[in-house]
Amino acid sequence: MGPLAQPPDSSGSTPHQDRSPTARLEMTGISVAFGGVKALTDVSLTVEPGQVHGLIGPNGAGKTTMFNVACGLVRATEGRIVWRGQELRRLRPAQLAGLGIARTLQGVGLFPGLTVLENVMVGAHRHARAGFFSALFAVPTSDADEARLRERAVAALGELDAEGYAARYPGSLPYPVQKRVALARALVSEPELLLLDEPASGLSEDEMRELGDLIGHLSGRMSVLLVEHHMDLVMRVCDHITVLDSGKQIAAGTPQQVQNDPAVTEAYLGDAVDDTTDVSELAGTDGGTHRG
Amino acid sequence: MSDLQTPASSPTAGAATSDAPSTATAASNASSAQAAGGRTFLPRNTLLRHLLVLVLCAVGAVVLLETTDLGFNAQVGYVAFYAIAAGGLTVLTGLNGQISLGHGALMAVGAYTTALLLDAEEPLPLVVVFLAAVALTSLVGAIVGVAAARLHGPYLAGATLALAVGLPGLALYYRSFLGGEQGLTVSSPDRPEWFTDVIRSLSGGSPSGVKWIAYISVACLLITYFLLANLMRSRVGRTWRAVRDQEVAAELAGIDLGRWRVLAFVVSAAAAGLAGAVLALVVRLTAPTGFTIVLSLSLLTAIVIGGLGSLLGALIGAALLVFLPRVLRDAGESLDMDAAQAAEISYVVYGVILVLVMLFAPAGLVGSIRLAWMKQRARRAAGGTTR
Repeated sequence: MGPLAQPPDSSGSTPHQDRSPTARLEMTGISVAFGGVKALTDVSLTVEPGQVHGLIGPNGAGKTTMFNVACGLVRATEGRIVWRGQELRRLRPAQLAGLGIARTLQGVGLFPGLTVLENVMVGAHRHARAGFFSALFAVPTSDADEARLRERAVAALGELDAEGYAARYPGSLPYPVQKRVALARALVSEPELLLLDEPASGLSEDEMRELGDLIGHLSGRMSVLLVEHHMDLVMRVCDHITVLDSGKQIAAGTPQQVQNDPAVTEAYLGDAVDDTTDVSELAGTDGGTHRG
Repeated sequence: MSDLQTPASSPTAGAATSDAPSTATAASNASSAQAAGGRTFLPRNTLLRHLLVLVLCAVGAVVLLETTDLGFNAQVGYVAFYAIAAGGLTVLTGLNGQISLGHGALMAVGAYTTALLLDAEEPLPLVVVFLAAVALTSLVGAIVGVAAARLHGPYLAGATLALAVGLPGLALYYRSFLGGEQGLTVSSPDRPEWFTDVIRSLSGGSPSGVKWIAYISVACLLITYFLLANLMRSRVGRTWRAVRDQEVAAELAGIDLGRWRVLAFVVSAAAAGLAGAVLALVVRLTAPTGFTIVLSLSLLTAIVIGGLGSLLGALIGAALLVFLPRVLRDAGESLDMDAAQAAEISYVVYGVILVLVMLFAPAGLVGSIRLAWMKQRARRAAGGTTR
């Protein structure tokens, strides 16, 4: 998957790269209620600088809600979100992007009417300098700014081996390529915190391995919060994992700790064994093979 | 057309089938980043490129106006104000995905402003009058836009429809000031000496007021399209299209949806205001009956037929709006119908043509041509590769 993936980082232990990120995302006591339904109850997690933080749990556990709270799409009923010493809870998604928080969408969410290159250039929105009037009168500043954004976008596409698709429209591209373009659109803004929502869905085994390498490598440049169903990927790339079930936090720790936590095993199996009779046999399997 | 959207199994297959964006707005998607690998016979600098096109179009317009009779010159004035308003509307609807049924009312704001200002004892220079019309209409557009930014689809259509129905009514309410049903007659601006000289040396003829107004109209059209084209080819146009295509993704990229929607509305209203100002000069009368919902719908028809989001499409649509009914009426009369019959039948045929265009070219004229061209190019690209 391009130069980014080449040095297969030892699945992102501690950051040692030149531009190590300094910003920490602290979400404390987050509760979300939709009407009377409590989607999240008192969940806390901290994404340490340069870490890959996994957020897992069975379907309906509240992972995506937590994620939406982090990027401002859903407002928490209670709790604090602190990023670089700033309270984020009342900010809107567009403002969060300006603070260096980028996120990918669960589908791909590309703009169908924009070329791949333009899609990625939109991602670089927060780096644009030329304003409305320089665009209106087409002053050279506008052109120079566009050239700069284009350069950034081409570089981001290059990182993901997708620069060959620059002039194409997303609708005509295979799904895995679309996912790479969507990732490039998030990366082009040079975020300090990247929120990845199920980046592996719809990918083949090989593509998932490449994605793992990429995420491991990205952690040198930014913090990553990852929601993912594929346990092997999560276990491989994450430094720290928070497990949710029914809107509550049931475990947190390193992949090892989480894997051996009986509460986690139970949550996952409780989900998976509905129509199986031999519960005792399944309880022996290790957490790594379960699907969410 | 649904096959255009399906993800293909491989890049080559994708190129072979088609590489088209969503069809409805195909005409609007002239890429803002095309200079990267586009044709080279035009300058890559946006300003130079657009100025070059502007100059070529200006020359073409002069030739057109000087080789045709005054009757046609007057028609060109009509096309110009329709095209200015349609250009603004195509930015709003084609690029930003907001529908407006109220642009006729916004044109009324520009037209009445112009009529009132030109009526003064010592009228201000025409440029100032036009700028005032644009400024006031932009202000109204901003107010409407703030409300519109929160509305979608049919709700937005409804709200702007209320504007179209309600605003011209003000003329009836403030009868003494705005002239009631009779409206205001617009005093023609004096044509300057230099214009007479230029036309005389150009074609030898003596210029009339009609010609002067035709030239003003065309100049306004060219300036508007130049500025709109600049916007469309810049980050502004791209951001508008992003907001149109995928709100959530746009917001996550840091785009303040509301602010960009209001901006689109203001730009669009500014064009409508100028269109109204030109209309006031061309028609020489501003009355509520000139700004009914029919005007708003005609503008929408023009941009849809031409191809949503394309300035060329808006111009073609505006020209059809002016010329098609007349051509049909003339054709009817040549088929031995009396004038009234011909006029009536011309609207029927006009409607049928609109329906046919929508059936067979849903992307509009420019959009369909562009789609066909892209398909052709993709096919050639697929044929050329050995993979």
